[in-house]
Amino acid sequence: MADIRNNFVGIKSPNPFWLASAPPTDKAYNVIRAFKAGWGGVVWKTLGEEGPPVVNVNGPRYGAIWGADRRLLGLNNIELITDRDLQVNLREIKQVKKDWPDRAIVVSLMVPCVEEAWKAILPVVEETEADGIELNFGCPHGMSERGMGAAVGQVPEYIEMVVRWCKQNTRMPVITKLTPNITDVRKPARAAHAGGTDAVSLINTINSITGVDLDNFAPQPTIDGKGSHGGYCGPAVKPIAMNMVAEIARDPETHGLPISGIGGITTWRDATEFMALGAGNVQVCTAAMTYGFKIVQEMIAGLENWMDEKGHASLDDIVGRATPNVTDWQYLNLNYVAKARIDQDACIKCGRCHIACEDTSHQAITSMVDGTRHFEVIEAECVGCNLCVNVCPVENCITMEPLAAGVMDQRTGKPVSPIYANWTTHPNNPMAKVAAE
Amino acid sequence: MPEGQFREGIAGGRLSADQYAENFSDLHPPLDHHEALVESDRCYFCYDAPCMNACPTSIDIPLFIRQISTGNPIGSAKTIFDQNILGGMCARVCPTETLCEEVCVREVAEGKPVQIGRLQRYATDIAMGENKQFYPRAEPTGKTVAVVGAGPAGLAAAHRLARHGHDVTILEARPKAGGLNEYGIAAYKSVDNFAQAEVDYVTAIGGIDIQNGKALGRDYQLSDLIRNYDAVFLGMGLGGVNALRADGEDADGVINAVEFIADLRQASDLSGLPVGRRVVVIGGGMTAIDAAVQSKLLGAEEVTICYRRGQEHMNASEFEQDLAAANGVTIRHWLQPKRVIADGGKVSAIELEYTAMNGDQLAGTGETLTLVADQVFKAIGQSFVPAALNGSGVSIGLEAGRIKVDAEGRTSLARVWAGGDCIFGGDDLTVSAVAQGRDAAESINRSLTRG
Repeated sequence: MADIRNNFVGIKSPNPFWLASAPPTDKAYNVIRAFKAGWGGVVWKTLGEEGPPVVNVNGPRYGAIWGADRRLLGLNNIELITDRDLQVNLREIKQVKKDWPDRAIVVSLMVPCVEEAWKAILPVVEETEADGIELNFGCPHGMSERGMGAAVGQVPEYIEMVVRWCKQNTRMPVITKLTPNITDVRKPARAAHAGGTDAVSLINTINSITGVDLDNFAPQPTIDGKGSHGGYCGPAVKPIAMNMVAEIARDPETHGLPISGIGGITTWRDATEFMALGAGNVQVCTAAMTYGFKIVQEMIAGLENWMDEKGHASLDDIVGRATPNVTDWQYLNLNYVAKARIDQDACIKCGRCHIACEDTSHQAITSMVDGTRHFEVIEAECVGCNLCVNVCPVENCITMEPLAAGVMDQRTGKPVSPIYANWTTHPNNPMAKVAAE
Repeated sequence: MPEGQFREGIAGGRLSADQYAENFSDLHPPLDHHEALVESDRCYFCYDAPCMNACPTSIDIPLFIRQISTGNPIGSAKTIFDQNILGGMCARVCPTETLCEEVCVREVAEGKPVQIGRLQRYATDIAMGENKQFYPRAEPTGKTVAVVGAGPAGLAAAHRLARHGHDVTILEARPKAGGLNEYGIAAYKSVDNFAQAEVDYVTAIGGIDIQNGKALGRDYQLSDLIRNYDAVFLGMGLGGVNALRADGEDADGVINAVEFIADLRQASDLSGLPVGRRVVVIGGGMTAIDAAVQSKLLGAEEVTICYRRGQEHMNASEFEQDLAAANGVTIRHWLQPKRVIADGGKVSAIELEYTAMNGDQLAGTGETLTLVADQVFKAIGQSFVPAALNGSGVSIGLEAGRIKVDAEGRTSLARVWAGGDCIFGGDDLTVSAVAQGRDAAESINRSLTRG
């Protein structure tokens, strides 16, 4: 039986599935329900400094986009950090940690960008016996207008400075949560690393407008006729998040820095993909907010079953396994040739592969053969682009089949070369590195 | 003497008023907004969609479903009406299980097609509910066209001709327009007087004058029309009912199924409509099913359909056969009527003979079966009655007993077109009649506007 216990920067949890700092972790009631359901840990919703708590809007806080059958694909929110009293939160954190010692509790923090503010909050959090802290440098709305959240996360120098203050003022592990609302995520990750962070977590939410109410021309979610960019999350952001995780994992300057992966994780498979790209564990929010806490049971069983099937004994066997395979485009093998193949028994003859290829790509799929509706790849035209696979409604009906070395590529009229060759040495590349004479 | 449901003979009032109302409510209730969105999301928006190709009127089904899913039911309705102005009725009565839905790729993939018919009804109901008229008439051409018959073919032709700016006069023998939509469809497929609402919707375009009670051959001749109008469209359907060719079929209680169905549709009080306690329906098509199911719903205790060939030969779709079975109708095969047995002039039983295929020929085996019956419905097909066309001196070309037309609907007579069940090749489907009326109208328009 696979062992899915997790040790993330010394914080232990029975599984790698944590709830991210967000509405589901704002108070003891929810967190206890999550632990009962099986979640390995939580990052408690962000605490602010002592004093009157922040206030939230009293209208819609969330907006969304949907797929077929109104499946929620992307969610956005304009909620701020906790709007509950600091002392109430601290008391609850302490009690829950005491009652659930085997689960991870990390406390998310966001206070003004002055050392005194951090020096004030750190000891009171430490006193709860929480396992660690997460620095919220990502919140893209509201708090950032006050010089916190993403306003810090977008300036690497500030990140480094605040991380350093924290490391100097607490014994707790420090996880730095990064915003994706930047151009190159490696820069803030390097800054956190330079400041001494124990780990980074990413991504926080993405600036977004989910819709526009066309009756009154107001962005959504709409508060009294106005809207503000909220933070986008959910399945739609997963590809963006995974790329950012991989960028940090394979950056020589941050290689080996522990990463807690966040962004659209909904199933065990999503979680495992993040871990394969280098995340030591994962944090989930939207999926829980969509379906409730029970989904963690599918995640646990799914991960265990997959690990058993593949013979992976522990999480160490899978974390980062895909990282070395993430490379730059220029290093991709240009001698690799694949062709689409349509399984005629599985084909339901919807014709979407044909029209996608015919209208927008390479005219490489038939629609009619000998007067009969028939969809078949024309190998001499197929560039192996994979669009047909992606638009086909039947899983595994269309597959990409690599051509073995030596086989004739009917499109180019040349046999497939067995030799790896990339752009850096390609004759069409004016910058090509000429082999030494 | 038993009363109500078990009363002997042919009688009304077999059920309670509530039971009649329930039995004759909408067979396929309309989709509500949520259901329509869920169902429309199932459509894959196929290329060169099989459903569209299976539709006799070639409605762009993927497009109209996509328009529903994007919150544009009015645009969806226009997509439907562009091809089929009677899309509302077709949504209700089309045997979709043998047309669009049979070839839906989700039927292929999952055995569960997108419910195209119900989605079509959803969109057309919304547009018709708002009386949204999509087609302004072209400038008047001054041309006049006579249309014989206000059924699906005639209405479709008239609408298309009116769009092109021609003035149309529809001559209809019956007191109401609609043809089989009004007189021939099972009541539970067209509730709330939909056929008349549709006639009003179609004629709202203007330029269509319907004259009821005008029968060809009785009140006017074809030659009158040819003389007085620039073009003529014949869409009078089938006037004759095939005989059983069984001894004693003129006994009381032996009834044409089409007349029974028409009476039922016109009845204001279903309890006043008499039906037998034990009913036998002879035939294997939609009419047989409609008569049998409605007999059962009117309170008949025993209803048996007898068809002279096997189940696989029945014209009624599998869905219709299942509908009959679900309503408690027994369907028996390989039986042909031999003799109607009467008692005091009234039918009391029917003697049937078993049949078998003898090579390519269907033949009686000599073995017989007698079923007790107080009512027998003839539903073995209708025939075209050409006599009405012949009183005018001109004669029209026929083929296999029906009007012969070319691909555009032109008959052998100049300036005379035809469509619907009365033509050779008519297939007893509302949707085919609409396509033929529409296409003939385009042909007429080309002819009338040519140089």
